[in-house]
Amino acid sequence: MFLKFLLRRLLYVIPMLFITTLIVFSLILLIPGDPVLAMLGDSATHEKIAELRQQLGLDQPVMLQYFHWLNNAIHGDLGRSIFTGQHVDEALMQTLSVTMQLVVVGMIFSIVGGIFFAVTSIYFPNSWMDYVARFFGTLGTAIPTFLVAMILIIFFSLKLNWLPATGFTSLIDGPGTFLKGIILPGFSLSLAGIAVITRHLRSSLLETMDADYVRTAYSKGVSRYRAIFKHSLQNAMLPVVTTIGLLFGTALGATVVVENIFAIPGMGQLVVNAIEQRDFTMVQGVVLVMIVMVIVINFITDIVYALLDPRIEY
Amino acid sequence: MSFKTIFQRLMAEKLAFISFIFLAILVIIALLAPYIAPYDPFKQDLSEVMSPPSAKHWLGTDGLGSDIFSQLLNGSQTAIKAALFAILLPLFIGVPLGTLSGYFGGIVDDIFMRIIDGIIAIPAIILALGITSALGVNLWNAMMAIGIIFTPQFARLARGQTLQIRSEPYVEAAKISGAGSVWIMVRHIIPNISPPIVVQASFNLSIAILIETTLSFLGLGAQAPDVSWGNLIQQGYSMIDMNPWMMVYPGIAILLTILAGNFLGDGLRVALDPKQKSS
Repeated sequence: MFLKFLLRRLLYVIPMLFITTLIVFSLILLIPGDPVLAMLGDSATHEKIAELRQQLGLDQPVMLQYFHWLNNAIHGDLGRSIFTGQHVDEALMQTLSVTMQLVVVGMIFSIVGGIFFAVTSIYFPNSWMDYVARFFGTLGTAIPTFLVAMILIIFFSLKLNWLPATGFTSLIDGPGTFLKGIILPGFSLSLAGIAVITRHLRSSLLETMDADYVRTAYSKGVSRYRAIFKHSLQNAMLPVVTTIGLLFGTALGATVVVENIFAIPGMGQLVVNAIEQRDFTMVQGVVLVMIVMVIVINFITDIVYALLDPRIEY
Repeated sequence: MSFKTIFQRLMAEKLAFISFIFLAILVIIALLAPYIAPYDPFKQDLSEVMSPPSAKHWLGTDGLGSDIFSQLLNGSQTAIKAALFAILLPLFIGVPLGTLSGYFGGIVDDIFMRIIDGIIAIPAIILALGITSALGVNLWNAMMAIGIIFTPQFARLARGQTLQIRSEPYVEAAKISGAGSVWIMVRHIIPNISPPIVVQASFNLSIAILIETTLSFLGLGAQAPDVSWGNLIQQGYSMIDMNPWMMVYPGIAILLTILAGNFLGDGLRVALDPKQKSS
């Protein structure tokens, strides 16, 4: 039964991947004028122009170009960087793990922070904690990531000198330095997520706290603590699971900003440098990988949701 | 509901109404920026580098002696331009497409919606990067990218709403009385699907400014002679030791504008919903 459900979801994901890859590919059609000249600049030699034209297969019909490109992409060949000549997939492999570490830390902060604020806001209604939680819920989505990052750097790096403002050490290379370096970027990344989860979980908790089974638990003499943690929270978390899945995409997008501010050598820094160097194949590669990651995560979220919710019949 | 009732209901939502006034003033400032700005935002005065706020320079000057207040005013123009474009393009392309798709349904609608779902699945900033990279880096292209991102959202919203009211008695009645499809859509459907679209437009105003300032901050949006609050923050950050206020002013401007858009959206949602009692 579950397998059938899985297959059905997969049947939804495949056309999705098809369409999004088509969109990423079609970006090349947006380039004004001759894309090869736009990529290489006016000073390019005839040989270089001919070579790139051949690499992109621009003399073929568009759909054929797309299938050719897709076929190569599936086999891990995303072409070569126009600027450095490096294989795009190599550059991606080097930066992917960095970005993933950052996103995972950001997501952990978002989830922990979101649950903390939502629960304290419900546990102590109309207290200062409640107001702080609601304040965070409103402000978190209104403040741009780059502003959060800079405010954090100013206070925690420049004024207090507690945490480094730039640089990155991989978790495997040194867990201690990794933790020190990842706190500020991770928190910058997570603020919007904390806000969204807080708001969503708070309203979801308010609903379940009013549900019959929680009132029954109360009437049996269960404490407020138990009512929230044993009866309410589990059910209230369910709709939030989908939100968390969607937040992953937002966090991935925000790495572009955070990596550039904190000088973290991930995909976000790669893509901004590539845009500045007019390195279109590199940009295309990064965008493609990011989108595929988002779709895969959303697919996993759907599955997790179905597994967690006993009411869903496959 | 008439405009008057909507306006009265919006006035009852205090925070939303204040936000509305704030945004209206901002639009006026943006329109008049070149005329009311005391200085040319790029005029350098090396005798007054990094001067503190004074009667001559209300918010002080930057590292090249340019007036920060004038830059801020010109930045508002960029923000409002980006926001307006990000709302108008989806409104004039996304809404008609979504309405048509929802009204006629069928296989075209199915394919159309799959494409829309595909575009929406892509995180906004990532798509914006892809589009600006293809179009070339400047303010106009950044605005174009934001507009392209919002268009499918509006199309999906319009389509969903159209599906809901397509079989309402008044639409059926219009059909039976021989009204043409275009007439029905323009006269009956679009007016009735507009409330949620207006609410979404208000929230998108915030998101558009968020994306515009982010792109400009990264150096991928507004380029001189356009001024963006994102650029100003980036410049302020590089001079943080000398004049931290340079970052604070544009930061506050961005924050207030985005908050206003969000509050207005919340308020409009209540004001435009006939079922909801105004609080």
